[in-house]
Amino acid sequence: MDISAPLLEARNLVKTFPGVRALKGVSLTLHRGEVLAVIGENGGGKSTLMKSLAGVQPADSGEILIDGRPAEVASVPDALARGIALIHQELNLADNLDIAANLFLGREKSRFGTIDKPAQYRAARPLLEAVGLDADPAALVSTLCIGQQQQVEIAKALSLNARIIIMDEPTSSLTTRESEKLFKVIRDLRSKGVGIVYISHRLVEVMDLADRVTVLRDGANAGNLEKSEISHEAMVRFMVGRDVSRFYPQKSGKLGDPVLEADDLRSPAHPQHGLNFTIRAGEIVGLSGLVGSGRTEMMQTLFGITPATGGRLRISGNSLVPQTPMEAINVGIALVPEDRKKQGVVLEMAVSENLSLASLRRDQNAALINRRAENDLCSEMIGKLRIKTPGGKQPAQFLSGGNQQKVVLGKWLAMRPRVLLLDEPTRGIDIGAKQEIYQLMEQLAADGVAILFVSSEMEELLGMADRVLVMHEGRMAGELAGIGLSEESVMHLATGGCHSTSKSTCN
Amino acid sequence: MQLKKTLGITLLFFAVCILTTSLSENFLSSYNLENLLRRTALFGIISIGVAFVIVTGGIDLSVGSVVCLSGCGLPWLLTTQGWSLPSALMAVALVSAGIGLLHGLLITRLGIQPFVVTLCGLMMYRGIARGFTGDQTVGFGDGFKGLRSLATGRIELPFIDDFALPAPCVFLLVIALLAAFFLNRTIYGRYLLALGRSEEAARYSGINTGCMTVLAYIICSCLAGLGGVLFVLDVNIAQPSDCGNFYELYAIAAAVLGGCSLRGGVSTIFGVIIGAALMQTLRNMITLTSRHQHMEFAIIGAVLLAGVVADELMKRRNIRRRAVRALREESTPA
Repeated sequence: MDISAPLLEARNLVKTFPGVRALKGVSLTLHRGEVLAVIGENGGGKSTLMKSLAGVQPADSGEILIDGRPAEVASVPDALARGIALIHQELNLADNLDIAANLFLGREKSRFGTIDKPAQYRAARPLLEAVGLDADPAALVSTLCIGQQQQVEIAKALSLNARIIIMDEPTSSLTTRESEKLFKVIRDLRSKGVGIVYISHRLVEVMDLADRVTVLRDGANAGNLEKSEISHEAMVRFMVGRDVSRFYPQKSGKLGDPVLEADDLRSPAHPQHGLNFTIRAGEIVGLSGLVGSGRTEMMQTLFGITPATGGRLRISGNSLVPQTPMEAINVGIALVPEDRKKQGVVLEMAVSENLSLASLRRDQNAALINRRAENDLCSEMIGKLRIKTPGGKQPAQFLSGGNQQKVVLGKWLAMRPRVLLLDEPTRGIDIGAKQEIYQLMEQLAADGVAILFVSSEMEELLGMADRVLVMHEGRMAGELAGIGLSEESVMHLATGGCHSTSKSTCN
Repeated sequence: MQLKKTLGITLLFFAVCILTTSLSENFLSSYNLENLLRRTALFGIISIGVAFVIVTGGIDLSVGSVVCLSGCGLPWLLTTQGWSLPSALMAVALVSAGIGLLHGLLITRLGIQPFVVTLCGLMMYRGIARGFTGDQTVGFGDGFKGLRSLATGRIELPFIDDFALPAPCVFLLVIALLAAFFLNRTIYGRYLLALGRSEEAARYSGINTGCMTVLAYIICSCLAGLGGVLFVLDVNIAQPSDCGNFYELYAIAAAVLGGCSLRGGVSTIFGVIIGAALMQTLRNMITLTSRHQHMEFAIIGAVLLAGVVADELMKRRNIRRRAVRALREESTPA
């Protein structure tokens, strides 16, 4: 074995999906006992790269070298056999089984063909100790919190003798305390010579943890940073590829009357917390919070998907708590949902049919479809939003993510909404389309639409929002604007800290 | 577009027709053709109903039992119970619609899988029919000639001497035109197609998906009820333990062969009718050659499987081709 060779080297990986070139020749190098952070905007190719390395979705072309020797990683078992383990963003545990059963899933310790539970429990204990999880191996995974479940995943990777552990946004759903525990585990692993690829868009964590940083942008390498070069500015510069302040459109600043007023609104997901906020015409308000903080649930309550269990909502002065999406649409609310492919577009339907889906009911006389009106709407939106498609008849599934999102936006623009709700509007779409969506949001706001958008991307939140609402565990943790609005202040509130100048009380 | 989707099955249908002609000179006799058309029309009607449910991504296994219930119910009400014709027909229609409503509500409101709900229906409705008839054969005897001509009638065609169009074909034609119009030209048809492909995306677009799904099940049960009435009018007697047995499978097979994906969405009514015709022609072929009577299901199953596999392979090739083309267009500036 060549000790001087890097532990893992990827050269020129290319991966293509229908309609998208996700990786356009990406390379990275990982040494023993090193934490390599891979960062980049959503849609930059991070997750695809990790899935290629772990054999989940093998690359179309390119080379992977382990210990300096070419290695074929065509499947997950291949990757595991070569010591590569991926810890997914969404955890892959069977939560109806106990910890030990999950650790040894697929390679159970057996005696006479039956599972030898005591042996599994004995073998599980040192593994759990190694990741600092103080739990009984016989405990059901469903009784563990997310942070502990993640530790089980890491223990599982260790039990497979993984030398390369890839972590995809491991802290996205952890509290600060849980994250700190995780960092300690990561540092322990590093000192034992394990190589760790750490994907995150939390730059503060990266500065804290990483030995080197590889930045991806639009499916290609945007730059590498050595330990001494790692700084917030340097990372953002590589990620965005241009000056951040010019990436987001200029704000117009004219605010009109309140359009959306929530008074003690309670979503079924967190009925114990009433939500209060107001959004004015022409205002762009960001909604922040960790995953599970109730952001998406609140959007769905506003749109009538999960009707509110209490409280009041006023839209342009009229009281109405929508019980169905149809009611919400009728008073001028539109939602660009979080899961574009499932909730936003009907993948197998044509672009034109997707664009008209919401407005059919209003535009058509009687129950008949007016084909001409449908085609007119389609060409109008394709032109206005610069949707790249061979034509209106193209099924939406063959469009890239950004163009699919434009179709969703077009569907709602046809309804001329007064309130536009967007849930992670730019997740997984390329940077060019992203900027177009930002411009569109600004333009709609300038036309007097009230906009509320959820985003996990701090840059986007700070760049786009006039004001940011922050949620934590189902309650409104605070509201930030102007000089008080910063990455730190948002994170502080999102992770449960109190904010002295926030309007809501923290208790 | 519509034609392209059903091209494969249409070719297969003609191939089976030609094969049968070469195997038996009786196939093209007007007596046989009339019978074949009548069976095709009857099965086509219930297949269109099932297609509506399949479009929503659901399934209805109770169709055969609803055929039995209405097929036994009508003569029972008329002859044994002495109901008047209008009230008996009304009762059959209401019960059929009620069954669909019940299925739809259980599926959308309680979230029970369509498979389970309609499986229970499959057992219940036949059981009910066997119950009220005392498991005895019911029929019209010599009466109701006028009513029976709805199914047994023949419409003389000009310029053709010894061939007449069976009356059920007219029913099928009207229902097929209405169904195709509903699915392709009305917003509710569009809603059904949308929710079949993505229930969630349809709901997020403000469509009352629950209501539309219930409608699909009502349409399905009503057409099954109508089918049952026509079946019993055609053969004059109905045996509760046997009437409509396995018809749900013929109907589902016809809908699937006709291009309905069990994952929901796609449908062409023309394809469904060709599918029904193909099933009946296969049965006809087996009867005529009469050497492999007991192989009927094996042969039909094999043809169905071959059709579905061919369709899937073709679809995959199309998707790949389109994806490559889309990528090429994306990478060149618009």
